[in-house]
Amino acid sequence: MSGLLEEMTAKALKLNIPLSVQLDLTYRCNERCVHCYLDHEDHGEMSAAEIKGLLNEMAEAGVFILTLSGGEIFLRKDFFEILEYARRKLTFCVKLKTNAILIRETEAARIRDLGVESVQISIYSHRPEVHDAITLVPGSLQRSLDAARFLKSQGLRVILANVLMAQNFQDYPSLRALAAEMGLESTIDPTITPMMDGDRSVLNLGIHRDALRQVFRDSSLVGNVEEFCAVAPEADENSLEALPCSASHTTCYVSPYGDVFPCVQFPLPTGNVRKQRFIDIWRHSKQMNEVRSIRLKDLTTCPSCTHVSQCSRCPGLAYLEGNMRGPSSQDCERSFAKTGIPSANMLAKRPSAGNLVQIRLHSSSACAPAPGAIA
Amino acid sequence: MSRLYVARSPRVAARSLDGEMMIMSGRDSTLFTLNRTATILWQAADGITPLDEIVRLRICAEFDVEPAAALADAEQLSRDLASHEILQVSDKPIPQPGAPSGEAP
Repeated sequence: MSGLLEEMTAKALKLNIPLSVQLDLTYRCNERCVHCYLDHEDHGEMSAAEIKGLLNEMAEAGVFILTLSGGEIFLRKDFFEILEYARRKLTFCVKLKTNAILIRETEAARIRDLGVESVQISIYSHRPEVHDAITLVPGSLQRSLDAARFLKSQGLRVILANVLMAQNFQDYPSLRALAAEMGLESTIDPTITPMMDGDRSVLNLGIHRDALRQVFRDSSLVGNVEEFCAVAPEADENSLEALPCSASHTTCYVSPYGDVFPCVQFPLPTGNVRKQRFIDIWRHSKQMNEVRSIRLKDLTTCPSCTHVSQCSRCPGLAYLEGNMRGPSSQDCERSFAKTGIPSANMLAKRPSAGNLVQIRLHSSSACAPAPGAIA
Repeated sequence: MSRLYVARSPRVAARSLDGEMMIMSGRDSTLFTLNRTATILWQAADGITPLDEIVRLRICAEFDVEPAAALADAEQLSRDLASHEILQVSDKPIPQPGAPSGEAP
């Protein structure tokens, strides 16, 4: 984050302004990515008129950065009507997230004319047999990459976003090289989000602990490996007063049905813009204020954890595990992959010596887990 | 001397945060903030009202400044903003359909 944006974010935090909102325009999609957490049926999306009304309310509330995502946003016939309203009338800083397979030269030129800040395209590999096996749409890699070229040729900022899974892990260096060759930015993320209905089976698609360890030791990704993988400094009172993340503080998420959540990855219902004004949900929702009140010191397991002062703990993933004040196992894995030191949560989940005694009648100390190992 | 006209670039993103205008360049996503005086100029830059009138009616009316000095400063600021492509400057009116100001509707 730039210094000035950081300064503006601090100001927004102080004034309780939602500086950045992700609005999903639809959950419908023309791809069927194996790891996707969404239900792609349309259960009553907001109309263009409803969305324009919402955008008016958001602008009035001070929202500056508007991320339009989905589902696949270009499946909405009124997408450009909404985008034009957001840009020309309300001057949002608009970022798009898309698979881009419906973007051709004409759409790319229109996106450029409307002054979109960036277009993020989901790409999982440089190899069609890997990417298309994830999207389950033959030819999708070629179409997405063609779109990336059209957008780039218009001078737009294009970001290739890659979710790391066991299926595509080996390909990330080549995909990054391809992005660089095309003059595009690229990101990788090992986070798999559980399904919105709570089904966690998609988590099995994630990369193995050893692979994560390897990613965190790739200096082309993390810079100084020693620094990146260093054990966190001991937490003091100040660090335990810190906010867990920006969700509900300066950012939130709105679904295609008007439901407002702290974040796209934090499906705690806080209100619906079809029934209440956006600003009233933001300021007065009991749930929004509950999330807002949580400090690191209030968490259940984490305050005593070695990693607490540097942990990437996602409160949304913790909520999806059953407790928004609890640990997020995926982030525990990250801290472990970086440092080799198990988190407090991992240690708590280890089989206790008592259990071992019960199972192995003649247990000895050699049966206990070695220090530093995890269950 | 010919009059100058100023208009907000349609490709920028803008929002007022507690009276301070945040502007993101459409060219390279650079973020700018404008102080109160510059914000007044930005909001009045409709492409139709000449800069000297903006200075006379909006700046001098609110701040205790010499009109000539204020106009010179406003011209300099306008050219600076134009160099970042966040404002358009011309010696002719710059008509813009419903030019937005970054203020809430």
